[in-house]
Amino acid sequence: MGYCPNTPDDIREMLAVIGAGSVEELFSSIPADLRARSFDLPPGMSELELTRHMKEKAAACGADVVPFIGGGIYDHFIPAAVDHLASRAEFYTAYTPYQPECAQGTLQALYEYQSTICRLTGMEASNASLYDGGTAVAEAALMSLRITERHKVILDASVNPLHREIVTGYLHGLSAEAVQVEPKGCASDLDRLMAAIDGETAAVIVQSPDFFGNVQDFRSLAQKAHEHEALLIVSCYPIALGLVASPGEMGADIAVGEGQSLGNPVSFGGPYFGFIATRKRFIRNLPGRIVGETIDHQARRGFVLTLQAREQHIKRHKATSNICSNQSLCALRGLIFCAALGKKGFEELALLNYDKAQYAKSVLGSVKGVDLLTKCATFNEFTLSLPTDASEVVQRILEKGVAAGVPLGRYYQGMEKALLVTVTEKRSKDEIDRLAVLLEEALWS
Amino acid sequence: MAKFFTKEHEWVEVAGGQATVGISEHAAHELGDITYVELPKIGRSVKQFDTLAGIESVKAASDIYAPISGKVVEVNQALDEAPELVNQGAEAQGWICRLEGVDEGELASLMDAETYRTYLRGL
Repeated sequence: MGYCPNTPDDIREMLAVIGAGSVEELFSSIPADLRARSFDLPPGMSELELTRHMKEKAAACGADVVPFIGGGIYDHFIPAAVDHLASRAEFYTAYTPYQPECAQGTLQALYEYQSTICRLTGMEASNASLYDGGTAVAEAALMSLRITERHKVILDASVNPLHREIVTGYLHGLSAEAVQVEPKGCASDLDRLMAAIDGETAAVIVQSPDFFGNVQDFRSLAQKAHEHEALLIVSCYPIALGLVASPGEMGADIAVGEGQSLGNPVSFGGPYFGFIATRKRFIRNLPGRIVGETIDHQARRGFVLTLQAREQHIKRHKATSNICSNQSLCALRGLIFCAALGKKGFEELALLNYDKAQYAKSVLGSVKGVDLLTKCATFNEFTLSLPTDASEVVQRILEKGVAAGVPLGRYYQGMEKALLVTVTEKRSKDEIDRLAVLLEEALWS
Repeated sequence: MAKFFTKEHEWVEVAGGQATVGISEHAAHELGDITYVELPKIGRSVKQFDTLAGIESVKAASDIYAPISGKVVEVNQALDEAPELVNQGAEAQGWICRLEGVDEGELASLMDAETYRTYLRGL
């Protein structure tokens, strides 16, 4: 349905049906002082004027800045097929379309989305998406409390700080605690993580690549957790899974992550989607909607929401989760993105990210006074140590139209000189070289 | 051995200091096709009338309360693969778990089979 404002004739006609003489009369039951007098908007513009106006506004907000910013949200290329297919009215205008008798298309898309997430993460069961990456980590923590009937989760402080805040927020008031293990230098402290696991531990939550960019192998941690009947929750970056071992391969019990990088624009913070996948034996503890495949009375293949007994409308306060917003349309974009790339394309995309970041590491790492803080393997993100305060340097480079990265002092005490730099497939060699020049200028001239 | 029943439709049978617990035939019939039984963890101690386990059918999800205090020592693992055993024999092969360290005195607060039948007629 297109957007058509009401004409004066439409308004007259509608008022006549209702039996009101004027719009003023229609709203007369609302006290005058509670009604908006003006919306403080300028007069209307033509489409051409409006386009120009919005472009100017966007430029003033830094839309043409070259971003080397990541830290959980990434600037990846989005194939045109994603916008085109996801904006089809059948998908785009539907609201909670889960009635199997009239929503087979959406249900099938979500079923395939779930299959894709399972393949990517190496898990057996996925839900139809969650609100975002941070709430996905928190829902996984809650899952571990339900499964183990324990009250302590160990949280690696190399996990995205925003996600950690959401986890501690969720656990607050549940008489559950999150024990944070500080990183060693700028990588997870595996020894201390292992030592922290005991008979009270519900789960260990880790991230790979972690917030500093390190690609981690958590196999030994999985083993240690399982020895204590605790779970391993791995938060992962889906694009990296084209190249590195999946959470499933590492022995994780729950895999979560932010789905934005799969076909959703950075877009000032949302909307995005979170994904969560687990082993089949934990499926009843998986929050949110799950689409299953079935057959109808004529043995035709069809799709329905399944395992409804875990849900709020049946289990009330004992439901698996009461806040598990499904981001259907964003998840659909994720599915179309993966399908458009295909298995080989996905691997190539991951490799491209890796290669470009390796190049950036060598170029930026050789700038005078700059050192690499992430010493082990990284994916498309890495941490530099600068000779001076990183936020000041970022500010200076930003004036030249390049966003150099995320200063880590904001999240980690004592890391004021550390800068997290991200290089996706969208950054060209020229842009990387330019960043190196600007960095040197900002530091030494 | 005699079974005792709760108002919430659980049964318990005590023999040799060990109590076997399940839901009544009546409850199983009312729930319809059972799709899942959430078994309690072995080693867990429960007080009489605490939540002990969970049961899901095509119609509803319900709690199963402990008819008697004790410590869970055995669960009916067969229900993991075949929850329909509860429909086939809720008071026999569809038992849920066994408790130890029970206080038989608590049985006095439950109904015997005949009282339970009378209770059901009044529902």
